[in-house]
Amino acid sequence: MSTDASGAATDDAPSRAELAARVDELEAALADATGEDAEKKMSIIATKGTLDMAYPPLILASTAAAFGYEVTVFHTFWGLDILHEERSSDLKLSSVGNPNMPVPNALAALPGMDRVTTTLMEKRIADNDTATVEELLETSLEMGVEFQACQMTIDLMDYDEDDFYDGVTTGVGAATALEDMADADIQLLV
Amino acid sequence: MSAEFDITETLDVKGASCPMPVVKTKTAIDDLSEGEVLEVLATDAGSMSDIDGWSSGTEGVELLDQAEGDGVYKHYVRKTE
Repeated sequence: MSTDASGAATDDAPSRAELAARVDELEAALADATGEDAEKKMSIIATKGTLDMAYPPLILASTAAAFGYEVTVFHTFWGLDILHEERSSDLKLSSVGNPNMPVPNALAALPGMDRVTTTLMEKRIADNDTATVEELLETSLEMGVEFQACQMTIDLMDYDEDDFYDGVTTGVGAATALEDMADADIQLLV
Repeated sequence: MSAEFDITETLDVKGASCPMPVVKTKTAIDDLSEGEVLEVLATDAGSMSDIDGWSSGTEGVELLDQAEGDGVYKHYVRKTE
């Protein structure tokens, strides 16, 4: 019941010197966090290459850049096609497995149906004045978004580093992505 | 309504949809100097919420006013630094 703390500290209580050291540590951390290096960061991992799934990473990347975020988008597996100069203008949409599409799965699986649903979607995009995948990509690049193409999947898909848009970073792997994610305020897997 | 500010530049993004109104507003603001005001004309109904949110979340800009009429959404943004 004693409140006398003079020289009677228990073994696990920190000493005054330890507390002072801890305060110094926290002050240094606060200075780091509020210093010039405090730019907001976003890291997106883009794994999908269908027409519909190409949009979310590009829209979020360009918008975050407008908010002043430093943005990296790491593209892997089918997500590489978004950065591929030829393939990005020919991304497809499938009705198979998507019950929101107005085509029953049994018909959607017929040959040529992906072409039909893709054309319908492309027409909607044009009619609605929605930006195309290439427009969003080029806008994002102009705004300083860093697009990275995963080296392992470049090799796996048998793509060439020259196949990608100018400004795309190649020669990077999971460790680079992980480092970006650890540093970022927002991390997304799309 | 009489505006208490002078418009420096007007950005016409009528027809463009998300995310372009915000992205182009940001680019246009970058070209202005401190204190100048950008007028943004959009037809995207989402721009009312989006430009409001962008202004709140971005350093160095202030949303002065928003108005809607004849299907056009008008936004007035001042560059503050």
